[in-house]
Amino acid sequence: MILVYINSSNGISKSSYESISYGKKLGDVIALTNGGASSDDLASLGQYGASKVLVDRKINGDDQQQLTKLIASAVENNSVKTIVFSHDLVGKSVAPMLSVRLKAGLVSGAISLPDAEGCVDVNVFSGKALGKVKVNSEIKIISLLPNSIQPEENGSACPVEEITADTGSPSIKVLSTKKPEGEIPLPEAELVVSAGRGLKGPENWAMVEDLAVSLGAATACSRPVADIGWRPHHEHVGQTGVAIRPNLYIAIGISGAIQHLAGVNGSKVIVVINTDPEAPFFKAADYGIIGDAFEVVPRLNEAVNKFKAS
Amino acid sequence: MKILVCISKAPDTTSKIAFSEENTKFDENGVQFIVNPYDEWYALVRALEIKEAGGGQVTIITVGGAGDDAIIRKALAIGADDAVRVDSEAKDAYYTAMQISSYAKENNYDLILTGKETINYNGSQVAGMIAAELDVPFVSLASKLDVNGSTLTVEREIVGGLQVVELNAPAVISCAKGMAEQRIPNMRGIMAARTKPLNVVAAQEIENLTEFVSYALPNAKSAVKMIDPENMDELVELLHKEAKVI
Repeated sequence: MILVYINSSNGISKSSYESISYGKKLGDVIALTNGGASSDDLASLGQYGASKVLVDRKINGDDQQQLTKLIASAVENNSVKTIVFSHDLVGKSVAPMLSVRLKAGLVSGAISLPDAEGCVDVNVFSGKALGKVKVNSEIKIISLLPNSIQPEENGSACPVEEITADTGSPSIKVLSTKKPEGEIPLPEAELVVSAGRGLKGPENWAMVEDLAVSLGAATACSRPVADIGWRPHHEHVGQTGVAIRPNLYIAIGISGAIQHLAGVNGSKVIVVINTDPEAPFFKAADYGIIGDAFEVVPRLNEAVNKFKAS
Repeated sequence: MKILVCISKAPDTTSKIAFSEENTKFDENGVQFIVNPYDEWYALVRALEIKEAGGGQVTIITVGGAGDDAIIRKALAIGADDAVRVDSEAKDAYYTAMQISSYAKENNYDLILTGKETINYNGSQVAGMIAAELDVPFVSLASKLDVNGSTLTVEREIVGGLQVVELNAPAVISCAKGMAEQRIPNMRGIMAARTKPLNVVAAQEIENLTEFVSYALPNAKSAVKMIDPENMDELVELLHKEAKVI
């Protein structure tokens, strides 16, 4: 049995469907979640291959120790052999704790299904190389990098079963939460428009946002721009920021330092717009435009709108 | 407050990545090693600030061979009081975490800090594993940490946003950007680091739950296709028909 943990605190995200589809390729899938997501939303996981969804309503997911106990009890009750996480905050915190609790080897940041030998590909060296990881334990944990596989819809809604696990009392008290406001979480975005110092000032971001809206893309930025406060930190992609692998990454006025590339080199297609023909980013790009962002970006926006209308 | 900071050796961010022994080992030839930036800039410096404000002791720990002593001295030069090296190759995250947990159990720390991930394996595994083994609370991806007695107030990243949480020490916290600013060691620090205690301890027998069987470099990108800045319709067309991303 495959257990897929779903983080439903902001509703069911695309990466949840990816994890279910991934699990389905390995065997029969039970989904496990917690908190207040609606049963209708949870039942939709069946369309991607879950045979049922288990939900513990009393755990809100803010305490990693409680979540670990919840998942461990579901693993024991359902003779689970493989647990799949999305490599998000839960995959980066609860999956390692579960690994110790179950003595189960953890593959974090997986980008492929297990091969014939059971080895899974992961990104290493900040995206500059791939590694093949073999898990030696009987129970295996895989934390799947978002945008690594396409979700596949091939079933119908599944039953949702409420459970309660003995998870003790929380040791972490939440004082305040600043939730995202309806925007696409950057690690899950398929299309990303990103800009850097070449834009000269925060007042010039309107054209970047316009282009993002036209494309249905998320916005991102380079490190210097986040450091000087032109853009919020959660938009910073690169080695010390968020690592992303969208289908399309459009970089505007970003030179392409190696630390920035480390965060985006998993992108399928990269478009670089820069005034400097020597910008190192062009070497990593699929399509390059040498030109002034203030002219090129509005023109591109116009072209996208024309395309969308056609 | 008694703080243990876990540090890891990592290739400098500009290193050329290559593999040897039929792509089963990272080729260290000509590679400059540094303290993993998240461990150094965020975990270590914040630990030092906490000590400077409220007293205590900052110990660094790493799992590695004698070749790691250079990065240990660097961390001592930045200001850690003493260092522990568990004398063994760090085989995987579980092995590393169990070695550190085993040392931490004997020495009762109020706070264990790590970077959010290493820049070579990017696993984000060790901190959570230590927390689970010690059975203490774990807060990941912390961007702020304040200590008041044994109460810890931590700001952590959540998807697209931030959350402030409160918990009691002892705890394990993985540190991300925002925690502290990088410190450059000064001459006095470098001199002092030479004589600070570096305690080499033997490794425990720990099984290998995972192993890297091989590595590969990503396929080389085909040459960039340059597009006329006047003709953005062409770019949109290519993104739609050739790249099939819109």
